[in-house]
Amino acid sequence: MTAPTATAATAATAATAATGTVREPLLVGNGQGFWGDTIAGPMRLVREGPLHYLTLDYLAEVTMSILHKARRRDPAAGYATDFVKLLAEILPECHERGIRIIANAGGVNPRACADAVGALAARLGRGGLRIGVVDGDELVGRVGALVDGGELFTNLDTGENLAPQLGRLQSANAYLGAWPIVDALRDGADIVITGRCTDASLTVAPIAHEFGWSPEDHNRLAAATVAGHIIECGAQCTGGNFEGWRDVRGWATIGYPIVEAYADGSFVVTKHRGTGGLVNCDTVTAQLLYEIADPRRYLTADVVADFTSIELHDDGPDRVRVTGVHGVAPTPTYKVSCTLQAGFKAVGQLTVPGPDAVEKAQLTADILFDRLALQRVHFGAAERLVEVIGAGVCLAPGAPAAFIADPPEVVLRIAVQSADRGAVDRFGSELASLLTSGPPGLTGFAGGRPKPSDVLEHWPALVAKTAVNPQVEVREVPA
Amino acid sequence: MSTPETARSPLGSIALARSGDKGAHANIGVWVASSEAYAFVLHSLRPAVVAAHFAIPVAHVDRYELANLRAVNFVLRGVLGTGGGSASLRTDAQAKAYAQALLRLELDIPSALLDAAARPPFTKGSR
Repeated sequence: MTAPTATAATAATAATAATGTVREPLLVGNGQGFWGDTIAGPMRLVREGPLHYLTLDYLAEVTMSILHKARRRDPAAGYATDFVKLLAEILPECHERGIRIIANAGGVNPRACADAVGALAARLGRGGLRIGVVDGDELVGRVGALVDGGELFTNLDTGENLAPQLGRLQSANAYLGAWPIVDALRDGADIVITGRCTDASLTVAPIAHEFGWSPEDHNRLAAATVAGHIIECGAQCTGGNFEGWRDVRGWATIGYPIVEAYADGSFVVTKHRGTGGLVNCDTVTAQLLYEIADPRRYLTADVVADFTSIELHDDGPDRVRVTGVHGVAPTPTYKVSCTLQAGFKAVGQLTVPGPDAVEKAQLTADILFDRLALQRVHFGAAERLVEVIGAGVCLAPGAPAAFIADPPEVVLRIAVQSADRGAVDRFGSELASLLTSGPPGLTGFAGGRPKPSDVLEHWPALVAKTAVNPQVEVREVPA
Repeated sequence: MSTPETARSPLGSIALARSGDKGAHANIGVWVASSEAYAFVLHSLRPAVVAAHFAIPVAHVDRYELANLRAVNFVLRGVLGTGGGSASLRTDAQAKAYAQALLRLELDIPSALLDAAARPPFTKGSR
């Protein structure tokens, strides 16, 4: 176990000199793992114990595409509206207790989000509240020019260059880092609203700001990045989605995660006392391994963190101490998340009772596609997917056959996609009639006929940091 | 083959796991409670074994070691299809269930590792 105590003392001294007071440990809680996560998480973080910073992560890759679409319909839309609803509940208490809020709720329209938050704050009588806005991550209007200037936006998964696909481009956003957020905090922002940024940077920013770290403090930035990675999915490190689920207690009141950060970069992962859920070395390990590739090179805009250096220590009930994290300088590029229009899709489901549920489900799907073919509606092998849920959809092909016996019922799930919206629409229209013109007992046709929705292809790429200009603005709510 | 010293058992008898998506790729992190169990996992949970379980080419499976967590991370490249989870037609478009699927993999596990003390959940102890 390594404990860089000498550097810790130095950092603490520096921060004390800069601000006069250093809160150590600094308490940073994350109350939202994605847009759609429960509002109860952040409310519990604010109301059920001490907290200095509340972070809220709203943006998944697919969320950005949805927000782009919303903004095309309405120029004042394109941000996570849940954030404003949450603030209506917690803003007065946060403001009074000095809990600062950092959220990537800005989506593709951080300024519109700040407008809405400003209006809410004024209604709540919060004159003087300072709202920071970070943007400049959006590149969609500049991609063509950047491609002309030599940026390839090579797809990190497939190796293809973006140029031939520019006509299908729907969105392009760089993952900004912690420093623009730090700038807003330094300028006194009580709330910081960002667009796309590295999820972990929401956590790195307040810790780096409070302890006065510099962009060259690679080990400590790596440690804060690890802290951010652990808490960025909310309850996934406090007992949610955990293999040891039988040990988890108090599911209904599951606590959202809190990092107790120290100036030396070490931190404790915990949750408020009295909340449900579970924090131990296993729940933390699970989240450390979530959505990573090479553990020696966990890349963010701020640092390259080495996950093989992480040391976890049992620190008592619902507490895990993390030490020893190493990092090196970040790369000269930002990750860019692009989305491309890729046609339309629809998904429909029917419940098929046994006996012979699996065989009847397969027949039902065959009948459907045969009928569509008679109407000259065709879906290629890659454009259709038939899943018999209950007969091994979540099993690996190499799993023992004994698992797939004769289920009492299955759910037939059929998905199609096509460049032709009309073809996808025809699929939706044919599904219901199978109830009366297919094998016996078909049921569970709920939710109406499946409607076509846009397919958005994710295109991960890199762009030179020099090509991106993060912007920071801090506004004050009028008294 | 099972022997008196081993028993054919699912990986989940001695390991925990979590999975998710990373663009077109799925990742599955697997970890165990003891250094003995970790040595067994390093030896037996080879990319070829995981590739066969998921019926994908072995060249598409990368394995990374995290000895500090007694963990291995598998990246199953391209299994979610071009365009990633948002373009996929599948129920499990984001590979959330892959960890469960891998923990069903049956291996000849040393009986000593199957002792209750070495089995998950590992609610005590540091890494």
